[in-house]
Amino acid sequence: MTEHPDIDQVSGRTTTGHEWDGIKELNTPLPRWWVITFYATIVWAIGYWIVYPAWPLLWSHTTGIWNYSTRAEVATELANLEKVRGDKMVALGAAPLADIARDPALLALARARGKTVFGDNCAPCHGTGGAGAKGYPNLNDDEWLWGGSLDRIMQTIQFGIRSGHPKAHESVMLGFGKEGVLKRDEIVTVANYVRSLSGLLTAAGYDAAVGKKIFADQCVSCHGDNGKGNQDLGSPDLTDKIWLYGADEATLVETIGNGRAGVMPGWVNRLDPSTIKALTVYVHSLGGGK
Amino acid sequence: MTPSQTAKSMTHGEAGLVLVFALSALLCLFAAAKALDSAFAFHALLSSAASLAAVIVIANRYFARPAGVTPQEINGRPNYNMGPVKFAAVMSVVWGIAGFTVGLVIALQLAWPALNLDLPWTSFGRLRPLHTSAVIFAFGGNVLIATSFYVVQKTCRARLAGDLAPWFVVVGYNYFILVAGTGYLLGVTQSKEYAEPEWYADLWLTIVWVAYLLVFLVTIIKRKEPHIFVANWFYLAFIVTIAVLHLGNNPALPVSVFGSKSYIAWGGVQDAMFQWWYGHNAVGFFLTAGFLAIMYYFIPKRAERPIYSYRLSIIHFWALIFLYIWAGPHHLHYTALPDWAQTLGMTFSIMLWMPSWGGMINGLMTLSGAWDKLRTDPVLRMLVVSVAFYGMSTFEGPMMSIKVVNSLSHYTDWTIGHVHSGALGWVGFVSFGALYCMVPWLWDRKGLYSLKLVNWHFWVSTIGIVLYISAMWVSGILQGLMWRAYTSLGFLEYSFIETVEAMHPFYIIRAAGGALFLIGALIMAYNLWMTVRVGEAEVQSPVALQPAE
Repeated sequence: MTEHPDIDQVSGRTTTGHEWDGIKELNTPLPRWWVITFYATIVWAIGYWIVYPAWPLLWSHTTGIWNYSTRAEVATELANLEKVRGDKMVALGAAPLADIARDPALLALARARGKTVFGDNCAPCHGTGGAGAKGYPNLNDDEWLWGGSLDRIMQTIQFGIRSGHPKAHESVMLGFGKEGVLKRDEIVTVANYVRSLSGLLTAAGYDAAVGKKIFADQCVSCHGDNGKGNQDLGSPDLTDKIWLYGADEATLVETIGNGRAGVMPGWVNRLDPSTIKALTVYVHSLGGGK
Repeated sequence: MTPSQTAKSMTHGEAGLVLVFALSALLCLFAAAKALDSAFAFHALLSSAASLAAVIVIANRYFARPAGVTPQEINGRPNYNMGPVKFAAVMSVVWGIAGFTVGLVIALQLAWPALNLDLPWTSFGRLRPLHTSAVIFAFGGNVLIATSFYVVQKTCRARLAGDLAPWFVVVGYNYFILVAGTGYLLGVTQSKEYAEPEWYADLWLTIVWVAYLLVFLVTIIKRKEPHIFVANWFYLAFIVTIAVLHLGNNPALPVSVFGSKSYIAWGGVQDAMFQWWYGHNAVGFFLTAGFLAIMYYFIPKRAERPIYSYRLSIIHFWALIFLYIWAGPHHLHYTALPDWAQTLGMTFSIMLWMPSWGGMINGLMTLSGAWDKLRTDPVLRMLVVSVAFYGMSTFEGPMMSIKVVNSLSHYTDWTIGHVHSGALGWVGFVSFGALYCMVPWLWDRKGLYSLKLVNWHFWVSTIGIVLYISAMWVSGILQGLMWRAYTSLGFLEYSFIETVEAMHPFYIIRAAGGALFLIGALIMAYNLWMTVRVGEAEVQSPVALQPAE
């Protein structure tokens, strides 16, 4: 097809004379603002190259007249952070656990540090506010499975529960059904007895005397005569209306029938001693520290 | 046909392909028997069956066809080969619906994690690459192949090069998608974002892509027009660069030729650098250059106006392809990547702003003298709005590449919002516009079944996009600000889990936006289906058109 430019009636511009499948092109020059902005971005980029590390050389690279480096920036920001946190961070590392609460500034620092650490490490199971979930204890109440004193809390955080660490809390809630110790109807009966301990309704036809007998034979060694539990064994108080897994008959039958063995990891190898200390103080202060 | 004509015989292409596929059927069967993992065995069996099917189809086609070679021209008019174009156009709609649906599913999973269903096949980790690959490579890829095969023929006035080759490209490409997609669901991945398919899928894609390049290039070489149309420059840049990116990012050593697992040749920060050189230019050359080609043909065609500026199209084309290839490191700000590389990535992204906008200017200004058509033609409106979204995301991109901005935006939902303003607004809408134009042309229909439905599609999807991207902007910036908030004592204000909780309402809004976008696409699928099925046929003029000179 021969080329012969014509004039577009709408814009008054000539076309290039090319045509493809009915499509023509106008001879419009580049928009001025477009060219100027394009040049401006190029000038800016060249300026940036002069100031910052930019072009690779054979064995190194241009470093820029400001001598900038990301690593130096991180180091500066971390140093600034240390300044904000102040000398109290050193004091926190040195202070005995029991003394932290006596210094309000130190306590505030420990709690602030503890909250951050809790959010990143503990919240996935215990919830952001420590309210727990099914199988994960509520840390806001004053009931403790393994003790709520500062020392006991710290021990739990350090070594965990059934974590495999030699110093971890160890205990077993037996699966009485699974192990063949109790039959199905006996489990239902003792489950109802456990419900009665905290004043919950029992099922129709439930024989309280039989329930009490089974409880006395099988459960008291850990949970105590009156079902108050034992913090040395991690056996819960069954009378306090606080339930780790649930108090409905079906859940209790599952608990008694199959047993329970929840795991909490130990943090002694993941968090440094001063961090664990701060975390202990934070958990202790959530509501129920002893 | 008179029987006295030359006896029918197989062409070299037919005979060669039958031989290759017969051999492949046997080899794949052997590989399936020796397979080390069940996913590989499944893919080997699938490939054996597909090879066998290919042999049968090629043989059938041979027995059904007339003896002579297909003519390049009939009555002086090019004998266009639109079969492969139709196939890719249909597949693009099918994959589009599938990809948008999976996108909606994973958006809902983020709002309500229980929807992962605790099954490996339906977990977010496997469905997410299924979504991205389905929308980018399956939907977008088929749109690109369909439109490129259409546009190159029309603007070169030449039949597609090759006889079986164009079919090999469209069917082979879709087979790659099938292997990649089923692989993701079965847990086969090399864990490189947007390059997840394992070594054997990569090898197959390489073969298909070289065939694509050859078909496209040879069609251009035998063109009847003196010059190469601008859309074809963009298509060619897209095809060539994607080949280079694919080869650069994917060199891998399989653990065994009978197993799906492989290890990438690159390691550490070099691997990251290669990955984002690839990843960013997949955006640049697949989702930008390729779709700009669509824009350069379909907007002037639909608006019936000349392209605004020839000079701008040349300058912005060369500037775009030269600058884009450098911008990848902006995905790795504040990482182990050396500072100098971060600087180059950022500054080249800034310089890329105007070259990107050159396409927007040419797209929008082509409308001058035809703006009134936007009132009456919802297809043109869709095309123009796509260019507006293109302009918006190509401003947002350079802005987000600036290190201080990136220190807030990186790793947040802002990135997701940015991607989707480009993906839904630009790539989605320009593709829909092209399909609305092309389907009536391909099936010889006078027009679309219903312009009213196009209008519905336009508004439902636009509202969906606005909901999607504004939710992600708010949630992304909120997320970034929460991550960097410090208390006066020098500790982080929020735990990570609290920032996740804060995202929840925005995730619901995003899913609602995605649902609207999907509904719009379903409306389109119905409209196109009805156009093909009951649309009024265009009467072909029996006489060859004379050039109007």
